[in-house]
Amino acid sequence: MKYVDDFRRRDIAQGLAAQIAAEVDPSREYAFMEFCGGHTHAIFRYGVQDLMPANLRFVHGPGCPVCVLPIARIDNAIDLAERHGAIVCSYGDMMRVPASKKRSLIRAKAEGADIRMVYSTRDALKIARENPDREVVFFAIGFETTTPPTAVAIRQAEGLENFSVFCNHVLTPSAIQHILQSPEVREMGRVRIDGFLGPSHVSSIIGSAPYEYFAEEFQKPVVIAGFEPLDVMQSTLMLVRQVNEGRFEVENEYTRVVSREGNLKAQALVGEVFELRARFEWRGLGEVPFSALRIRERYAAFDAERRFALSESQGRDVKGCECPAILRGVKTPTDCKLFGTVCTPDNPQGSCMVSSEGSCAAYWSYGRFRIDRQRQGAREDAA
Amino acid sequence: MNAHRRFPTRLNLRRGRVDMTHGAGGRAMAQLIEEVFVRHFDNEMLRAMNDQAAFGVEAGRMVMATDGHVVSPLFFPGGDIGALAVHGTINDVAMAGARPLYLSVGFILEEGFPLADLERIVASMARAAFEAGVPVVTGDTKVVERGKGDGVFITTTGIGLVPEGLDISAANARPGDKVLVSGHLGDHGVAIMSSRENLEFETAVVSDSAALHGLVAAMVAEVPAIRTLRDPTRGGLAAALNEIAQSAGVGMRLDEAAIPVRAEVGAACELLGLDPLYVANEGKLVAICPAGCAESLLAAMRAHPLGADAAIIGEVVADDMGFVTMETGFGGTRIVDWLAGEQLPRIC
Repeated sequence: MKYVDDFRRRDIAQGLAAQIAAEVDPSREYAFMEFCGGHTHAIFRYGVQDLMPANLRFVHGPGCPVCVLPIARIDNAIDLAERHGAIVCSYGDMMRVPASKKRSLIRAKAEGADIRMVYSTRDALKIARENPDREVVFFAIGFETTTPPTAVAIRQAEGLENFSVFCNHVLTPSAIQHILQSPEVREMGRVRIDGFLGPSHVSSIIGSAPYEYFAEEFQKPVVIAGFEPLDVMQSTLMLVRQVNEGRFEVENEYTRVVSREGNLKAQALVGEVFELRARFEWRGLGEVPFSALRIRERYAAFDAERRFALSESQGRDVKGCECPAILRGVKTPTDCKLFGTVCTPDNPQGSCMVSSEGSCAAYWSYGRFRIDRQRQGAREDAA
Repeated sequence: MNAHRRFPTRLNLRRGRVDMTHGAGGRAMAQLIEEVFVRHFDNEMLRAMNDQAAFGVEAGRMVMATDGHVVSPLFFPGGDIGALAVHGTINDVAMAGARPLYLSVGFILEEGFPLADLERIVASMARAAFEAGVPVVTGDTKVVERGKGDGVFITTTGIGLVPEGLDISAANARPGDKVLVSGHLGDHGVAIMSSRENLEFETAVVSDSAALHGLVAAMVAEVPAIRTLRDPTRGGLAAALNEIAQSAGVGMRLDEAAIPVRAEVGAACELLGLDPLYVANEGKLVAICPAGCAESLLAAMRAHPLGADAAIIGEVVADDMGFVTMETGFGGTRIVDWLAGEQLPRIC
């Protein structure tokens, strides 16, 4: 614990805050996208924004794995339990994410579907072994960090005939590239992004090299940043310096975990079990080419999509929900009419309000006093 | 006792199991009551074998509280469902500043539940009640078919008497008051999690399950002006403070660095992605008192074994919105919101 506390020290934070304030150019704005929900969470939970100068803001990115999964895939998971009678094993984060028709995994479970919350792929394998007469499907979600454990589970499942995986693993670099290519960022200039706080845990697997292409191509600096609040601040300072000096390099603040080439063993394992999908739909980003993984032919027996011939659902987002724009950084949670009115963490309408890594949930749970104070202040000024 | 004459053979408390007859109202139920419940809870009122307990009360203001217990697993580091059921209700009564007097208990047993486990639980309840000086004076037993329960559910009800001159209620918190906690937060929740089947991890943390009425008595003796007491069980400190803020129409401002959390609990929460402020406690209380009394209240708490690690963690502020905010150890500010959804089911 002491180790962790060192990355949350107030005195160091104050020092870094003073340094950032001293180095920012007061005549310009700085907008940095933190890609990962882990960063968003740290920024809000520790109040990092409070320590930043007024002309530096964070744009919250799409790096929350439950937030970017399209509704149709959640409908599919519910279908697996309800129509195909499978035991569906899911990470807890997914349970409350809205599906079509105001449903969710947790509501389907209450209505009798056999959906179980697991903490790891091991739990799912155990359930499969204990229920040999039932189909057991692991609802696999997440970025590169959660992919290797799914690969291990598929390899360990050799000989287990009732186990399969509903694969929804997605890839980070293609998503960042897609954001940078979007018209809002490229041409219209509606979204200002001066640099990226790069993924931390994802990068421990894939390394820092995959970001080099688009740092160069789009001339945007990337600093791989750890999830502790001091990591976020140190990385922000590194981004400020790159911007000030006109550099656009991939720098690595998170050297205690991330190397340039990443975890080669994990990469090999993932490569053996998975292959690229030509396209995959992301909530908010739409169809992103080569942005997700599917299970290779060799392991087809464990692929729930092949085994159950899943139908394409036409899942639609709730009307008025701005999650797609929020995930692209085009809007902030407070731009959404549903935010804090019909959509709260207790009654989430959109995915960004569900996970603690979603920016709406972070705004609401940790920071809404600011919004209300601002509104109150505005009212008082007007009066 | 004449158990041997009334029932030709004694209950097999080593290998026997609860069956439907134990809740049917016949001889088997009478035997279970006599050989397990009355034997352990042993007191005059219970021995009278009436459907109710009869006792005299002093004139004054009484309080009554009830609490259902469905914790899983039934036995956990530092306690079990039995002791928890006694402590939980005693604490609910004590949070009015009251002196708890009597408890009642309702058992819902599942067919097939081992009698040995039942006896262990009842013995633990009896010990907790004896140590607290609050006897279980009446009770009820029902049995449900296998699969319709989960071993045993226990509901306890308690009554108590509020000493003259106290007015302790969530609605009483006022801006300027200080907020205190009686010790380290999150021990119970982490102890339960460490023993969950699908989550087992090794930790030295044990549940803080304890009856707090002794601590409360010492506190109200020192500072009768205490405004509010609350035991932060499910939903943890965050839920308790939000409830108080809402009832009193005030806000709170906490200092994260002042909130006592054991290093082991902090580490376990870090690992599981939980926040200790939302994790359940079963032997801690939150107190709110006028600022002028805060130091003497703190001293009184620290002088009691169950309040040795007490701390002043923040203050009540005027806020129409009722926000509980916290200056983080990092130097920023954030909301300490209500818990959304379910952090961990069946914690108590």
